[in-house]
This record gives sequence, structure tokens and C-alpha cells, in this order.
Amino acid sequence: MRINDVKDLKKIADRYLAEVGKYEHTIYVCGGGGCLSSKCQDTKAFIDSYIKYRGLSEKVNVVFTGCMGTCAMGPVVLIEPERTYYVHVTPERAKDIIDSHVIAGDVIEEYTFFDNALGKHIPCIDDIPFFSEQVQIVLNKCGKIPFDSIEAYVAKGGFTAEAKALGMTPEEIVDEVTRSGLRGRGGAGFPTGIKWSAGMKAPGENKCIVCNADEGDPGAFMDRSAIEGDPFCLIEGMTIGGYAIGAKQGYVYCRAEYPIAIERFNKAVEIAREYGLLGRNILGSHFDFDIELRIGAGAFVCGEETALMESIEGDRGEPRQKPPFPFESGLFGYPTIINNVETYYNIAEIINKGADWFASYGVGRSKGTKVFALAGDVVNTGIVEVPMGMPLRKLIYEIGGGITDGKAFKAAQIGGPSGGCITEQNLDTPVDYESLTALGAIMGSGGLIVMSEDTCMVDTARFFLQFIQDESCGKCTPCRVGTKRMLEILERIVSGKGTLEDIDTLNGLANVIKDTAMCGLGQTAPNPVLSTIANFREEYEAHIVDKVCPAHICSALAKYYIVPELCKGCTLCARNCPVYCINGKAKTIHTIDQDKCIKCGTCISNCSFGAIVRK
Amino acid sequence: MSDVVKTLTAEELERRANYEKLANVIDLYSGKEGCLIQVLHAAQDIFGYLPYEVQQFVADNMGFSVSHVSSVSSFYSFFSTTPKTKHEIKVCLGTACYVRGGKALVEKLQELLGIGIGEATSDNFFSIHITRCVGACGLAPVVVVDEDVHKQVKPGDLAGILEQYRGAEV
Repeated sequence: MRINDVKDLKKIADRYLAEVGKYEHTIYVCGGGGCLSSKCQDTKAFIDSYIKYRGLSEKVNVVFTGCMGTCAMGPVVLIEPERTYYVHVTPERAKDIIDSHVIAGDVIEEYTFFDNALGKHIPCIDDIPFFSEQVQIVLNKCGKIPFDSIEAYVAKGGFTAEAKALGMTPEEIVDEVTRSGLRGRGGAGFPTGIKWSAGMKAPGENKCIVCNADEGDPGAFMDRSAIEGDPFCLIEGMTIGGYAIGAKQGYVYCRAEYPIAIERFNKAVEIAREYGLLGRNILGSHFDFDIELRIGAGAFVCGEETALMESIEGDRGEPRQKPPFPFESGLFGYPTIINNVETYYNIAEIINKGADWFASYGVGRSKGTKVFALAGDVVNTGIVEVPMGMPLRKLIYEIGGGITDGKAFKAAQIGGPSGGCITEQNLDTPVDYESLTALGAIMGSGGLIVMSEDTCMVDTARFFLQFIQDESCGKCTPCRVGTKRMLEILERIVSGKGTLEDIDTLNGLANVIKDTAMCGLGQTAPNPVLSTIANFREEYEAHIVDKVCPAHICSALAKYYIVPELCKGCTLCARNCPVYCINGKAKTIHTIDQDKCIKCGTCISNCSFGAIVRK
Repeated sequence: MSDVVKTLTAEELERRANYEKLANVIDLYSGKEGCLIQVLHAAQDIFGYLPYEVQQFVADNMGFSVSHVSSVSSFYSFFSTTPKTKHEIKVCLGTACYVRGGKALVEKLQELLGIGIGEATSDNFFSIHITRCVGACGLAPVVVVDEDVHKQVKPGDLAGILEQYRGAEV
């Protein structure tokens, strides 16, 4: 059926709510990326068939949703009305849960969420700090509705903002977005309202609106989760944006590494067309708009807006010189506005609830919320959305549950290969654009990698440089050659062949590349090196002067020792050593000849007594 | 002898069917601007990789020079000009996986299979690749075999994972 106005939306919402309201229980099975990797499809299939087998189909509604957030605990399941949050729900556990919880009314506490910081199970999702400390604007429907149901989306208020926006003038929409203080969530933080205003004022019959879903920062998976869990919200946000700037065509550029996001979004677009929410005369108005998804092909640089446009046009993803800026001459030469996925997910709420409501969240010039992908050495890895300005400590320890295995915190890498690291002493810094920039990091797209004491910061810097080297498109010399030279120096340092001058050379090169590279990728590429030198200079010096890797990560600097008290003299290590550098007869304590050792680690993997250590 | 003729014909039939499929895809995109990358995706899905002849076919049917098609296909890491192995093992070296021990997995895999990164085993069964972040950072470190994501993998788990695929063959 076609939706022509708000009344039609209400009809759909009422019908859907009446339909789901008749069930006694609703079982939400998370179908987010993390849970899919944990085989949640099997759990869902089992629950479906077991509910039928127990004759509960009339009483229990089973819903397959997007990401709920706790990605390492999959498959996760939420049961309403009790709002009990079960983790690691294998089909076996699902059977227990249905028998005990759904049928007998007894919550199985040991299957519920375990809060590491508090050291106990917390059955109700509303009591779990991981969830209760969050403020969800972007993710307010993700994980709470079936991702493929437009009725469910409408029942949660979906498309009412679009209906409202189509009754406003473009100027009014741009003004609302400007006053909300919303800034681009892709990294740079450019005010969205100002960008839209430029797009609106740009002359031309044909304009384009583009969504950058080329979430390339390693360690970031927020946009993936949002699209997979709530694809209609992106359609609504882009349609409002298209109307505001006068674009008839929208493009979503999604990376090829996200096949599930691509599949679910394409399906949502088809459904939206059927309902008259894309195409001609949207919602009974005179506005025509459509969206096409274009798939990337594995190039990090395509996250840069001008390279992204080249790629949508089917060419090599090499950045263009600016000016002209995209709003003047962008995709196919038309005025083009490009925003990140998360930016569009804020739009509907801003239109519905107003700029002042949105601006009531956040601090200073950073309004609203930010979605982070928590990963690395943190207990609760996953997706979280917090108000801007929350101290990093709270994010990592209360929401994230602290560091894994009780290790000590060393640094948080924020902003991916363009960002920097935050150290222990700055953990109380509020997470907002300005504070992070002042620390030499950036907000970035939201990848937040927590690193424990077991991480070598020099090796981390080398890792990012290696990444940049692989992904540099080669168009400009500072990025192509400069980052190569930086990588060579870092490789020297991690293999114990560095000199103290190398640190100065790195700093010098880094600053030249920052100033002269053509696009954002090159200009920000040196950041992880500058940031680690500024915060962990002593680690660089340890590698160079003492020839030691304090975290015992860098293979070339590692030394292997046999602990005499633990060695049983079984000769297994000596027999397997490829360079015969382990001495000792059977039943006597063995020793390693450090001069001959090639640090391959074969001895460690062969020792059954844990008698060999790497230092 | 007649068997050989039959197999050749079957291969030839499949080849022709594949080119027909590709021609249909190109038709589907005609009239839309800038669809080369989308067509190359489809071509790789159909043929498994992008040999010179396929790129030539795309160029001829879309009105490009083959050098242009090749410049695009070689720019993007997703496109391959060599045939795929039966199973592709992709070790994620995104930040989260790297921090949680992805590097050790690459080393162990190379040791187990006796091949380097980007190489194939002599029976064309496995190949090892490094992949950029697959967005499963919450499960780091991950190893992706074809479409299956193996989560929180330790070096000691790898032999068992390989066996799952070897075993499925028998």
C-alpha cells in the first residue's frame, strides 16, 4: 500500500501495535554482525521451531533485530515484558530459557548478563550500566525492532519526521539542523547545517545527496550496526536532507566488506518504494526522490569525500583537488552534499523533537550524542551511544566494564589511523571534538580501541603506518613516499636498529606530510606517530637505547629464557629448535644461547611445563 | 576420447552461459552513470575472478578501453586477476584484531600450510590473505574462511579450523 500522509502512518502504526500487543512474551534475538558471527541464526531457528513445538505460537512473538550492543556476548536475546537480557544463548540454552522463563516464569540468572565491574549477574537490561548509562538518539530503534519491517519502524514513530519536513520549507529544515548544533559524525566535525545551507543555495536543477558508508577505519563498526539494524532511518534522514538541499537523487556508498548491510539496505529501499516513501510524489507531496546503493571495492581512501565520488562514478578512488568543493561541483559535476551515516541518523529526531531538545545533550560546541565502537582490551566490546562530553574513564570502566583479564590500562586509540592515543592521565577528559583535538587525537568516526599494558605503542604506530602505506592511493608524493620513509624508520626501531635521531626525523617528516599531503588521508596519516611519540617517548627510547620492547611484543627484541625451577629436562624444546641453540642433556636444566636464538618461539609452543618465558 | 570432448563442451557451455549472464548485467546498468565498479563486482561473482578476457569483454560492452577497466580493477583490493582457491582464509589485521593477537595467527597459518601471504597451497585448496577490518571487532581476533567468521581465535585453534574444511571434503 502507498502511504500518502500522517493518517496513513498512524493506521499502519496502530495495526502493528495491535498485532504485537496480543502476545504475552516477545523474544528479541539479536541479528547484529557480532551475533551473526556467533551463529545467532541457529538460535533463532531453534527458538522458532521450539515455540511452535510447545504450542506457544499464539502467546510468544519471536523477533529478529539489529545489533543490541554487546557484540562479544552473542548470541544475545532480550525477553519482554520482563526485559531480561540473556547472553551466549546457544540453542541448548534457548531451550532452558523457554522452558524456565517463558513457560514457568523463572528467570535463569546464570544465563543473564554478567557485569564485570560489579562482579555479578544483572538480569534486567535496564539495570545494566552498559545500557543505562547510554543515551540513544542514533540507535533508538536499532536492536529494538525487526530490521526488515517498515511497519515496526513506523510504529516507533518512523517517517513522521519526513512527513513533518515535507510540510516545512527547505530553509526551515536547514535552520533547525543548524540550530541543533549537529556536526558531521564522520570525523572532521563540520557543522551539518552550514553544509546543507551551502547545498541548498548552490544553483542547479540536478543536485546529489550522498551517504558515506565506507566505514574504513579499522576498529570501527558503528555505521555497519546502524544500517543493519535500522535501515529505514537512513532512508528517512537522506530524504529529508535531499528535500532540504533540493536533490532528487541520493547515493549510499557502502564498503564491499559489509554484505549484510548492503543486503538489508537494498531490501529497505525496495520496501520504501512500494510504500511510496521513495520515488515520485513522496508522502503525497510534490517531492520526488530516490536512493541507489553503490558498493565500494576495498579501498580505504574512498572514505575521503572526493575519492568517494570518483569511486561512485566508477573510477579509481583518487582524491580530487579542492576547490571546487563538492557543494559547488561534486558527483557527476552536480552540487553534492556528503554526510556520514551517523549524521543522517540524527536528522529525524532533530526534526521531530526540535533543535533545542537535541542541543540539550552534549557540551560546548559538541551537541547530541556519539556512537562508539568499543573494541580491543576491554570487557564489554560492542556498540555504545553516549552524550558528548562523557569522560573517557566512564566510557571505558563503567560502560566498557574495564580492561580484560584485570590488566592495567595503557592507552585508548581514538579516531583510527587518523587519530591519536589518550593516556591514563587524560582519562577524565570529556569526549568532545575540541577536547580530543587538544590532546592530539580526534573524535574520528567513533572507533575506540582500548589497549592494555601488553600493547607496544611503537609497534602500534608501525601498524597504522603500514595500514596507510597499503592504502595510500599514490597520487601525491608526501603520502606515497613520505609515509613509506616513516614506515621504514619505524621498522628499524622495532627491530632494534633505530637511532635517537630517528625520532626527530619522524617528527619532521610527519609535520611536512601533514602540511603538504593532498587529502585527509595523507594529512592525518602521521597522527598516530606524533601522538605516540608525544605520549610514549620513553618506549621509543627503550627500543632504541636499551634494545628492549617493554611490552614484549616486538619479536626482534624479545628474549627467551628457560625458568630453571620449571624445567624438567625433557629435551622437547632442544629437539624442536630450528637453530639448535638450546643446550642441556635429558633430565638436566636447559639453557638458551641468546646469540644463536632467532626468536621464533617454537620452544614456547613445544614446552609442556610452561618453563619458557619471553621477555 | 569422447569423455574429453564432453567435458570440454560442458566447460565451453558454462563459459558461454557466464558471458551471457555478464552481458545481461551490463544491459541492466546501461543508462545509469558510472557503473563500472558495480559491473566488475558482478563479473567477479560470475567468474570467480577477473581474467584479462573478462575485462576485455566488459570494456567492449561498456564502451571503455581495456586499459581503463584494468586501471580501475587493479586499484581496488577486492578485485582479483588470479583464480580463487577452494577456500580463502582471511586473517583480519584491523586494529582490534591486531591488538588481540592477529599477527600470531598469520604466522601460525603460514607455518601450518607452508605458504606465504597471498599464496595458495599446491592443491589450490587454501590461500592465506590479510584482510582489512571486517567490522567484527567485538570478537577479535577473527579469521574469516570464505564467509564464515571464526571468532576469538587462538593460534592453537587454527589446525582444528583447517580440519573442518579439509574434513568436509571427504
